Formats: sequence, structure tokens, C-alpha cells
Amino acid sequence: MRKVRILMAKPGLDGHDRGVKIVSRALRDAGFEVIYTGLHQTPEDVVNIALQEDVDAIGMSVLSGAHNYLFSRVLELLKEKNAQEIVVFGGGIIPEDDVKYLKSIGVSELFLPGTPLETIINWAKENIKPLS
Amino acid sequence: MSLAEKVLQNDIRAAARLMRLLDDEVEEGREELKKLYQYTGKSYIIGITGPPGAGKSTLVDQLIAAFRKEGKKIGVIAVDPSSPFTGGAILGDRIRMQRHSSDPEVFIRSLASRGHLGGLTASTEEICLVMDAMGKDIIILETVGVGQDEVEVVDLAHTSILVTVPGLGDDVQAIKAGVMEIGNIFVVNKADREGADRAFREIVAMLDMISWDGRFRPPVIKVQAHIGLGIDELVEKIYNHKKFLEDHGLFHKFFSKRAKSMFEKVLMSELGKRLKKRILADIRWADWERYLETRMIDPYTLAFNVLDEMITINYKGGTNEFSRL
Repeated sequence: MRKVRILMAKPGLDGHDRGVKIVSRALRDAGFEVIYTGLHQTPEDVVNIALQEDVDAIGMSVLSGAHNYLFSRVLELLKEKNAQEIVVFGGGIIPEDDVKYLKSIGVSELFLPGTPLETIINWAKENIKPLS
Repeated sequence: MSLAEKVLQNDIRAAARLMRLLDDEVEEGREELKKLYQYTGKSYIIGITGPPGAGKSTLVDQLIAAFRKEGKKIGVIAVDPSSPFTGGAILGDRIRMQRHSSDPEVFIRSLASRGHLGGLTASTEEICLVMDAMGKDIIILETVGVGQDEVEVVDLAHTSILVTVPGLGDDVQAIKAGVMEIGNIFVVNKADREGADRAFREIVAMLDMISWDGRFRPPVIKVQAHIGLGIDELVEKIYNHKKFLEDHGLFHKFFSKRAKSMFEKVLMSELGKRLKKRILADIRWADWERYLETRMIDPYTLAFNVLDEMITINYKGGTNEFSRL
């Protein structure tokens, strides 16, 4: 039985974890296995955990404004470890221009405040598949 | 290079992938595990169990730190429950073990119980073998938060630690059957809380009622895992138990017991599957149904007759593509 595993991460110096917990719970209710890292992770931690847990996707919540650095660093590290097939998505308070930039460098999707949970779940079901 | 060969070279991605295949019960996983089996049987396996919120993950975090100081390589398998309704899960044991995320000699794997009863997962033993083959000196198994009856960990670990906290109930709880019988070491965590001394005394009193002659009498210790108080003593007790096992020839006997148990498990499950396949393909099902319909024969006699015939070695009986399922 193939199960989809998703790492939900809270990188950087940002303690606002209500959002990431709500999305984690919604993903759980949609049948995904969700691994939650807890607060204050470095991009290195996030990628190490993703590799040990063999996840299909990494979802990052960033409300600190450091999204450009955190997302690009995680993508860079995944590439270094030859693990680019892991889907990277996220959410947070991210200006439109940065959303465009982050998508251009390889972030699959970004969900902004006010996004219905259903939208996130449907996206996850369509875009995250168990790695073969 | 095969996954198994990469695992032996400590390739994290290969090990993680193999664990995934085993957890998902993909046949390829077992093929790779076969190649690794000869390299296993070396790790010291410690099980941590106890009720939800007792502080198991925090204790595991402290044990990792203590064993890392000695230079030991550590594997951790941490199990959290799957939802019985959706099959989803939130695996949060790692949150307490964050400080070890960047240590290359600590491999932590979170698993969802996926409906398996007993406090672990159906795949735990196989994943343990992968960590063993990776050369982990110590493997820590953390169960889901258990109630009273989830005692599987005792079979899969050399040393089982039962973690409890003050205020969970009266002294009758301490003498009940189930989890209270399985610990090689009892830990009363959150020992700064009211009732800790009483919980401690009740467990000691429970152990006093048992005659231990020649067997290892489990020590009971108080700890405060969140600040690391009592961890040195716990590590000492763990090593005492390990030494007891070694002195009595039980350390390696554990592995031969596990091998035998795994052999039996595979044998029985394969036997069931193959026999079922053979019976379902028998061309005489229509006849059997007619016998039963007309009450020419009772279901018991027919079942035993069919089975007697199927398990004879020279069975050549009527198989064809006719399938009942």
C-alpha cells in the first residue's frame, strides 16, 4: 500500500505555527501521512529530515519575510543531494512578486492567507504522488 | 548498485527508500532486505513505551544525546497513530528530537501505525534490520502512546523501558496485567510533579510482590526528562540490563529468537496464501456447493476432507483458472 508522506516544516525565526498546524491537520484528514518538524528549523535540518523520512513533498510555512532565502536554500540543498523530485510547496505572507520569483526557481505552489483548506487539499491530491 | 549495497555504504537516501518500500509492503523491499540480512544482528535495541504524554519522545531525545556523547551511532524508529477513519497521520515525535536533525550519525524515522495493533507498525522489525545493517550501535524504538495492552515492543527490543507519570491512577493500576508487566526498567517521568513519590513507591511495591530469583529485577527511577535530570542514572540502568543479558547469554539469543520468529511468521503467512490460492482454484467448487445445498454433507466434514486432500504432498488435484474470488 503506497502512502503519500509530506514533511511540514517551519523554518527560520518565526514562531507563528497556527497555520502550519491547521494545514497539517487538514492533510491528515485527507489521508496523508504528515511529519511535522516543529519550530525554528534551518534549511539544512529540513532537507536532512526530508531525506531520512523519504517524503514525497515538503510544505513550508514562512511568515517572517525570509521566504526568498528559505525556499531557495531548501531547493538548492535538495539539488545538491540529488533529490529535486521532492515537491516543494508552501504558504505564508508572501508578496505577489516574490510568489512569481519563487515559482520560477522551482517552488511548485504557494498558498497565501485566506486560501480555503479545500484548495490546498485538492492541490496536494493532484500534485503529490508517492515516489517510485 | 542495488539499494542493499548502498545501505551498507551508509547511503541515507537508499536506506530511507528501502524503509519506505518495507513500510509500504512493496515486494522489492523484501528482496533487498534478504541481501542485508547477513549483516544484521549487531545492534542493541531499546524500546520505550508508555501512555500518551508521558514524555517518551523527550526521553528519547535525552538518550540520543547521552549515547552520542559516547560516540555511539543511533537509529530511532518513532511511531505515532494513524487515523482509523481516514488513514492519515500526524507524526510529531521528531519535534522533541530537533537538535539531532543535523547529526549525520543519528537516523530518525517516523512511522504511522497504519492500523497495526501492539504499539508499533507491521514494518518495525524490518526497518530495525535496515538500521542494524547501516551499522547503528543502538536502535531506539518509541511506541505510540499505549494504553494497557500494547506490549509488542517487549519482543522486538533487548531492553524495554516503561515510562509513566504521576497521577495516572491508584495502586490498583500498578498491579494490573499488561504493560505494567513488561518493563525491564521503570521510569517515573515529570518527577517534580505532585504524586511522583507515590507513583514510584507503588511500582516498587508491585515489583516486590514478584519472586525474581535469577531474573533481572527491574529498577525504578525518577527522572525529569525535559531538563535532563536522572538521565545519567537511566543510562547506567540500561547498561546494567545489557550486561545482565550478556552475562546470561541472552543478548545474542535475542537475535536467534527473532530470526526464528520471523521465519515462522513468513512461513505461516505464505503457507496460508499458497494453500488458499490452490483451494480457490479447485474445479470441484460447483460440486461442493451442490453437496452443501442438498445437505448431502455437512460443512465441517467437507472442509476437513478438502483440507486433508490438499495438504498431501502428492496433491495433483484439479486446478484450473476457475477462481472463486
